[in-house]
Amino acid sequence: MHSPEGVAGLCLIVLLAAMAFAAPLLYPGDPLAIVGRALTAPFTDPALPLGTDRLGRDVAAGLMHGARTSLLVGLATALVALAAGTLVGTVAGLAGGLMDEALMRVVDAFQIVPGFLLALAFVSVTGASLPVIILAIGLSAWTGPARLVRAEVLSIRERDYVAAARVIGMHPAEVALREVLPNALPPVLALTAVIVATAVLVEAALSFLGLGDPNVVTWGSMIAEGRNVLRTAPHLSMVPGLGLVATVLGVYLLGEGLADAMAGRKARG
Amino acid sequence: MPEPVLIAQNLCKTFISRGRRVTALDDVSLTIAPGETLGLVGASGSGKSTFARVLLRLLPADAGTVRLLGEDWLKLRGRALRARRRSIQMVFQDPLAAFNPRATIGGVLADPLRIHGLADRAARPARVGALLERVGLPASYAVRGVHEVSGGERQRVAIARALAARPSLIVFDEPVSALDQSIRGQILKLMADLQKSEGFSYVFIAHDLAVVRLVSHQVAIMESGRIVETGPTPQIIANPRSQTGRALVAAVPHLHRRNAP
Repeated sequence: MHSPEGVAGLCLIVLLAAMAFAAPLLYPGDPLAIVGRALTAPFTDPALPLGTDRLGRDVAAGLMHGARTSLLVGLATALVALAAGTLVGTVAGLAGGLMDEALMRVVDAFQIVPGFLLALAFVSVTGASLPVIILAIGLSAWTGPARLVRAEVLSIRERDYVAAARVIGMHPAEVALREVLPNALPPVLALTAVIVATAVLVEAALSFLGLGDPNVVTWGSMIAEGRNVLRTAPHLSMVPGLGLVATVLGVYLLGEGLADAMAGRKARG
Repeated sequence: MPEPVLIAQNLCKTFISRGRRVTALDDVSLTIAPGETLGLVGASGSGKSTFARVLLRLLPADAGTVRLLGEDWLKLRGRALRARRRSIQMVFQDPLAAFNPRATIGGVLADPLRIHGLADRAARPARVGALLERVGLPASYAVRGVHEVSGGERQRVAIARALAARPSLIVFDEPVSALDQSIRGQILKLMADLQKSEGFSYVFIAHDLAVVRLVSHQVAIMESGRIVETGPTPQIIANPRSQTGRALVAAVPHLHRRNAP
């Protein structure tokens, strides 16, 4: 982890994580509560450093609490997608035959529908709350890991060390969990950055369309809110927009740095 | 004559690759006597590695039977199969590919002991150390990663893994062809010593006779999936009857040829 992009990404993510953790300490109240005069300009009131929106809500509080939502959705979606994808990919790769065919057709079915439409449809039908949104974004995000894990498993299961494990009488489940899976995962972890970044953006887009969880502040809903006064108070959209840019950029850069570090270790080892 | 360790009869195996049928094993029958080495020799693609993988139940046979220690080996399933695997072990050609890249030497050797219940958790480190010393490595190697030792040492670990289950038969699939010339002799000597002291039967697979004739009691010569010739080693070397056999014998470097007219 010595590449400049990795360090820059790490700094951004640490900063955002610090914001997310500090949010309830610095702004213990409800960030959706009205705290001042509507449309206070930024840097005019020391108590409201980033000003207020059309309803008089604190933009700084929204920014910090929004970081919580974005990071939570990104990480939780990645977790759901990796878990589901790894399970399906491993079973398909190891079982082969009809099982493999069936599972991969299911993957195809999810993959041919644009991810955002899938999430949109799911949230419109079930109603918006954070767990539903995480699941909705996960619906399309798990297919990437599933395909990658299957390809890795297909290649690894033909290796001599897997044959050697069978020769000593190892149980097939142990072969899968101890010999195959740990060696199939590193390339999948490299995919995590893309999944987290995509999830953050999809969540923001859903919130922008008014399909986010109405009980939490999200950067997407803040941008949507600021859109109405884009000419007179552009900062209302720009502040959460910059938050999104920083998050996605940070996640990508960190992912690049980690991938480089892993490749470097492999090249040296 | 003592009961053979393994009797393979009429084994057949056909692969379908890109719509083409490739016969890897065509009616192969072989017998392996206790404490003896059968050298299986043939060119690349003659089916000898397929034979090894069918014997180890890594590939299913299309037809034929294998009796291992008097038992119908190809009929075993599930738990019974895994338990019986103890009796037949394998050493692979490439010692680097034969180990999980994440494994430690101690972990690799402890696995068969755990799986077959040969040593409880407390007794395992001592047994692993004894196994390492048995193949000429210091017991302190147990904590090392498999990828931190040299190729020759790694092949010794592979042999120790095969010994761990205390098998009756060990199949060596070209065990020295990936190693330096100088290390080959040491590994072959180790194999011969172990056979003498423990009475293992070996199947030794190679693509030429040069190494096989040094360690084998019997030789079988394979050509496109068939056994074309089989017999005691001196007899095959002195008087090969098949064309493949003659070609293989002629390819062995002979010191006495230089003195011949």
